[in-house]
Amino acid sequence: MLNAITLLLVFQLAGEAIARLFDLPVPGPVIGMALLFAALALRGGPSGELRETAQNLLQHLSLLFVPAGVGVMLHFQRMADEWLPIVIALLASTFITIAVTALLLRALTRHHQPAHTDTERQP
Amino acid sequence: MSPRIGEVWVYLAASPLLGLTLTLLAYQGAVLVSNRCSGHPLANPVLLAVTALVTVLWITGTPYRTYFDGAQFVHFLLGPATVALAIPLYAQLGRLKRMAVPLLMALLAGSLSAAISAVLIGHLLGASDATVLSLAPKSVTTPIAMGIAERIGGLPSLTAVLVIITGILGAIGARGLYTLLRIDDPAVRGFALGTASHGIGTARAFQVSEQAGAFAALAMGLNGLLTAVLLPWLIPPLIRWLG
Repeated sequence: MLNAITLLLVFQLAGEAIARLFDLPVPGPVIGMALLFAALALRGGPSGELRETAQNLLQHLSLLFVPAGVGVMLHFQRMADEWLPIVIALLASTFITIAVTALLLRALTRHHQPAHTDTERQP
Repeated sequence: MSPRIGEVWVYLAASPLLGLTLTLLAYQGAVLVSNRCSGHPLANPVLLAVTALVTVLWITGTPYRTYFDGAQFVHFLLGPATVALAIPLYAQLGRLKRMAVPLLMALLAGSLSAAISAVLIGHLLGASDATVLSLAPKSVTTPIAMGIAERIGGLPSLTAVLVIITGILGAIGARGLYTLLRIDDPAVRGFALGTASHGIGTARAFQVSEQAGAFAALAMGLNGLLTAVLLPWLIPPLIRWLG
């Protein structure tokens, strides 16, 4: 577990360093994620230990959002002032996103599927 | 309150231990309640824990800064957890290669729709620029969304809250929308929900089917990456253009 955590931190650190060094707009941990993904692809998959640690960490992913979520108390005034645009923007945008993604993917895979997936078709 | 208890409180309230312990307790309690409600999307653990903590802090008059001195140890783990998302993402490598082109095109369309529609609607309805910038990354998982908000000039803590609300809205509403649009392929359903509603949508998709869940996880990871790359170039010019 210690090895796996060290590895995750090393990749995060590398990501942060690259983000700062090249002044990239992407957050450091995201670059760390991409680097780790590339390393896994080169190496042919994660070790059992890394997989287990990632699973433990991601299983309680919700917990990690709590301290930031409590920050809402700093924004009560803003939420009270702007609740209408916020609520409508979130509702409409979420459903627009689901609809656009699903309709486009369905349209594209209808053309693609007969070409190369006979064995894995959905029932 | 006797003077002795008062002294103990003053000591504890100033120490990081209290914020950290309260966070873990609130979360454990929230998970318990969520399980009792058999994982109903409205009984979201983050929402419950945040509500409980805000109430406690408000009653005791504790400032957020003081609380965060302790809670930052939990918050810090968001970084390594984001890096760790590479592992479930890698597990989808085979599917990703097979359906690469349609998935990436749908992802690009979804990612742009999520940010642009939120910014336009928020702006048209009169939200302030800081709010609009905080709305833009609302469809991606919190650690990434907060990083993006910071980069483009939004408020990361406001974004965190908007992300959580977006997740819950998608998880509750997706089924009705899919019925309306007659979309029944679980891969398509999962992928679209993961794109719009990140981890909370993914958790919901796993409840419905394994395949929907896998595609949602894939969409969540890819959309995090794509949105992080696109938004810092897309949103500030869009805001300037809107005036």
